Amino acid sequence: MTLKFNGMLAGVALGALTATSAWSEELVIFWAEWDPANYLQELVNEYEEETGISVTVETTPWSDFQTKAFTEFNARGSAYDMIVGDSQWLGAASEGGHYVDLTGFFAEHNVAEIMAPATVKYYAEYPGNSGTYWAIPAEGDAVGWSYRKDWFEDPAEMAAFKAKYGYDLAPPETWAQLTDIAEFFHRPDEDRYGIAIYTDNSYDAMVMGVENAIFSYGAELGDFETYEVDGFVNSAKAVAALDNYKQLYSYTPPGWAKTFFVENNQAITESLVAMSMNYFAFFPALLNEATNPHAANTGFFSNPAGPDGDKHAALGGQGISVVSYSDNQEASMEFLKWFIKPETQKRWAELGGYTAHAATLESDEFRQATPYNEAFYQTMFTVKDFWAVPEFAELLTAANQRLYPFIVGDEGTAQETLDALAADWKATFKKYGRGQ
Amino acid sequence: MAPDVMTKLDPNSRAAAKGLSDLTIRNLFIIPTIAFLIIFNIFPLLYSLGYSFTDFRASTNAPAKFVGLQNYRALLSDPFIWKNFSITAKYVLISVTGQVIVGFGLAMLLNRTIPAKGLITTLLLLPMMLSMAVVGLFWKLLYDPNFGIINYFLGLGKFEWLADPDMALWAIAIVDIWMWSPFVMLLSLAGLSAVPQHLYEAAEIDRAGSFYTFSRITLPLVAPILMIAIIFRTMEAFKTFDLAYVLSSQPTTELIAIRLYKMAFQEWQTGMSSAFAYIVLIMVVAITNIYVKYLNKVKAR
Repeated sequence: MTLKFNGMLAGVALGALTATSAWSEELVIFWAEWDPANYLQELVNEYEEETGISVTVETTPWSDFQTKAFTEFNARGSAYDMIVGDSQWLGAASEGGHYVDLTGFFAEHNVAEIMAPATVKYYAEYPGNSGTYWAIPAEGDAVGWSYRKDWFEDPAEMAAFKAKYGYDLAPPETWAQLTDIAEFFHRPDEDRYGIAIYTDNSYDAMVMGVENAIFSYGAELGDFETYEVDGFVNSAKAVAALDNYKQLYSYTPPGWAKTFFVENNQAITESLVAMSMNYFAFFPALLNEATNPHAANTGFFSNPAGPDGDKHAALGGQGISVVSYSDNQEASMEFLKWFIKPETQKRWAELGGYTAHAATLESDEFRQATPYNEAFYQTMFTVKDFWAVPEFAELLTAANQRLYPFIVGDEGTAQETLDALAADWKATFKKYGRGQ
Repeated sequence: MAPDVMTKLDPNSRAAAKGLSDLTIRNLFIIPTIAFLIIFNIFPLLYSLGYSFTDFRASTNAPAKFVGLQNYRALLSDPFIWKNFSITAKYVLISVTGQVIVGFGLAMLLNRTIPAKGLITTLLLLPMMLSMAVVGLFWKLLYDPNFGIINYFLGLGKFEWLADPDMALWAIAIVDIWMWSPFVMLLSLAGLSAVPQHLYEAAEIDRAGSFYTFSRITLPLVAPILMIAIIFRTMEAFKTFDLAYVLSSQPTTELIAIRLYKMAFQEWQTGMSSAFAYIVLIMVVAITNIYVKYLNKVKAR
């Protein structure tokens, strides 16, 4: 008993000690568990060297990220001073009062000018075109493609492809070419498949994949200002795009029914497919010989254009927001001032972070730094995103419920699927009194 | 509690020496439990009942608005929710039936003198000692159409266990059967070893056939304990979340617990999900009650 009591005393003393050090300058940034978070930790270590203020990047797996962040917000917890939150959260987090309004900070430091326009629009501003800002664009990201250069450059394959399709085998410029190439390389008897796409319907994975098609076909999810969806998400262009995505699914490896970034990178490292869709943030692993035996033969291209030449990609990436319940808001603002400095942004890019800083992005140094930076640079000016309203998760659920049975389960037609989705979204917007 | 069922405190005990009465000691034991129950069970239960009649969302600061039975009406008229319920019912049926057949079969096999019986029983119990999420993860690998060992051994080629919408629920139920049959086996074994040997001897003298012996002696005597196993497994199968969540994301495997999780913690529809949780609670209580009634009938026999 005495022993236990002593143990407890020691625990209390330790707790008191940690509490004291937390009170002194120490900042916590919350993010998902992935490579960019490690790069950010390296970056903020330099902040500590400069200022003596220690910054910790705390992470959790992607699958828990949204739940854990909002659980902490809902409890008005001060565990995190800043959060690198997903772009779709802006509505929920700003209307819920969880983020500090950074509009003043934006004006004072000219943030809207120094960051790439698309990143300001999607990572920082809510509601759209309101001039109210909630986050500093931190990690730019979008969906791009990786491919097997050695398969594409094999003379026998090139000749066979030209004979079959009448044009040269090269990284696709259009969705039609993308589909041809996927069909061409799809050879189940050789254990080789055409393409890897997103099909996981548990959060936003599959929806981001379908968005790539919808946006490039020149269709929209809806009018982000009036919340009208009928005639947008179920337009003829959107229907054609969805049909194309479903066709791509037939060229995926067997069992490709719950796939996201891990599986799509594996499709390349395991030599399963010719082309694979993924966020740019996951491409560094594909260039690393240790994680990809085909690193030397892996190439990259940006999302191809649709039939009318529209070229867009689904947006990933996040901005840093200050949490309203943090006890260190002032210190967090100081940190953000340091974070947006050109030299910090340059260092961020060098470490592997995808900077949203316009000048850094445009520099030749950045664009030539890796085989995919040029594709990333081009993509970041053509990105589009999902709804950022507070009820975005309900909209995602409806999209998953409608799209997945059509793409994977072969139920109904694309038109029926998107008509049903438009009706669901309309009902959701009506429920929350938006538009109409 | 009636005072006559309480044992009187020994006047020479240390407790008595400290001046503690019987009542104080009883309260010392009971009050923490009651407090725990009220704080962590009853209070949230009532609180969420209140929420189920509002449009409350935990993710916003907007005050909750009373909406009456609107949440219940919306849920019960949502075709997707009904689909979740029918999927869950199908899953419970397949999984519990499978576990009873396999578990009881194993118990029958083990209910005799065989060498290394203890070791075999222990090994058979291993699956249920594992974590659900871990089981889900490694069965996902076993089922993999490209390198999975199951297709390799069964010679099924590239058969898609989890990607096929019709097969996925069966695939998950098979994992659940693999994991929890040992539980049914363990309880059945306890029941079987309690059947008096003289009944079998009497049956043998009367030259009763093995099927007759099984259906007239073994089954009726093991039935009560088997029913308890079935009640536990039905309740657990009804609430299955981790296994199905890890293994598959097919709409045909979206059990109510998964839908509830998404509604509560991804969409943050707190009011609506409270109502949903109540509907599920009422169903579980109703099913359990039917079982318990039946169990009492079996016991009375």
